[in-house]
Amino acid sequence: MSEVRDDRQYTETHEWILDNGNGTYTMGISDHAQALLGDMVYVELPSEGDEASAEDEFCVVESVKAASGVYAPADLEVVEANAVLDDEPELVNSSCYDNGWLVKFKSDSLDGLMDAATYAETLD
Amino acid sequence: MKHTPLYQAHVDAGGKMVDFGGWEMPLNYGSQIEEHHQVRNDVGMFDVSHMTVVDFKGVEAKKFLQTLIANDVDKLKAEGKALYSCMLNEAGGVVDDLIVYYQDDENYRMVINAGTTEKDIAWINAQAKGFDVSVEPRFDLAMVAVQGPNARAKVYEAMPGVEDVAGELKPFNAASLGGLFIARTGYTGEDGFEIMLPEKSAEFTWKMLMEVGVKPCGLGARDTLRLEAGMSLYGSEMNDEVSPLEAALTWTVDLSDEDRRFVGRDALEVLKDKGANNTIVGLVLEGKGVIRDHQKVVTNNGEGEVTSGTFSPTMGKAIALASVPKGSEGLCEIEMRNKMVSAKIVKPPFVRNGKVLV
Repeated sequence: MSEVRDDRQYTETHEWILDNGNGTYTMGISDHAQALLGDMVYVELPSEGDEASAEDEFCVVESVKAASGVYAPADLEVVEANAVLDDEPELVNSSCYDNGWLVKFKSDSLDGLMDAATYAETLD
Repeated sequence: MKHTPLYQAHVDAGGKMVDFGGWEMPLNYGSQIEEHHQVRNDVGMFDVSHMTVVDFKGVEAKKFLQTLIANDVDKLKAEGKALYSCMLNEAGGVVDDLIVYYQDDENYRMVINAGTTEKDIAWINAQAKGFDVSVEPRFDLAMVAVQGPNARAKVYEAMPGVEDVAGELKPFNAASLGGLFIARTGYTGEDGFEIMLPEKSAEFTWKMLMEVGVKPCGLGARDTLRLEAGMSLYGSEMNDEVSPLEAALTWTVDLSDEDRRFVGRDALEVLKDKGANNTIVGLVLEGKGVIRDHQKVVTNNGEGEVTSGTFSPTMGKAIALASVPKGSEGLCEIEMRNKMVSAKIVKPPFVRNGKVLV
């Protein structure tokens, strides 16, 4: 059974988004997604200042098994990418909700996300 | 879906079960990469009971196999000696790749792939018409591959009596002990045994091996290990439409006896005279990312395609086998997710016995 954290929101494409309360958001992939992909070996992240439009594939996570796009949940501007993942992509497996975060971004159009309970239901 | 006798043991051990050509098999038991390292550094075991053992018996068993497969079983003189070969169709394409074990001139044992079993048995039976040979698929046997530098020692510890019959076995040789058939072969590039045994004994043997510290490994690690070892996978490096001469398997084709007219020989001789266009090479990615099956490859000699791509846990880099024009060398480019990425062309294997060779 995969873990779903109550403190954040989720997308249909299995990303999580945490409101940092200072106008920025942190984003990663859910426990369900990391388990499905298996051992992560490479994470391709955008750079600080990069902009993405809603639904753009703006990160790529690659496991031994497959490459998977990570989609922008809204029009956004990247404020930080998790540089640690360059050397330790396996953090996306071992700590998907904490140290394995992917990017922090600014957005003023974030909308239509699922709360934890709703997301958990989609996994059943 | 079909289940091996070890299905329940996999589920109990937390195996992530997936559809593997109609068989529900463990992809991993947690981390495929850890299982990979386990085999390279110590010992791990794989359930390969989905593969099929076929026994050939009869006064014309030898003569039949000399017709059926492209390598020559006449090389096999000592009991238990193994030979790797392809079985070809009339056009020289590969019906399957296999290992055949010698018992005596009237008794041979063959191991064929799981996914091709039905096709293979039909093909073999069709070829066997007119020969005094019986073809006996042994669906009553399970098979466990114990692999890694400590594999043999752990098998001796877990399975009393095995050391007495298999302790002196050289690589690519097998011995029997009652219903056990123990071969010093494998598909990982490490030392070890492939053990064929009655399906009723499979779970007990698996548990005895676990008891002495042999860790179960899934088919995910099996694939990265074989790819590092530069070994071909049927359906990827070769298939019904690719001949061994185009798959870097020329060494498995024995044309030395002119009178041995095995199936596919005529087509191979034509191709040999004409010269095969393609061959299989190894690729090591220079940058980051993972090479995937069927990606386009551009070399100094033209275009080719990735036949097996993955991330090599031992090297920490992406590697691949690829079908490319003969004479390709140096650097090439791989089209990965709409970008051209540079890779080095190498001669497989990438890794053998724990050592990186490229």
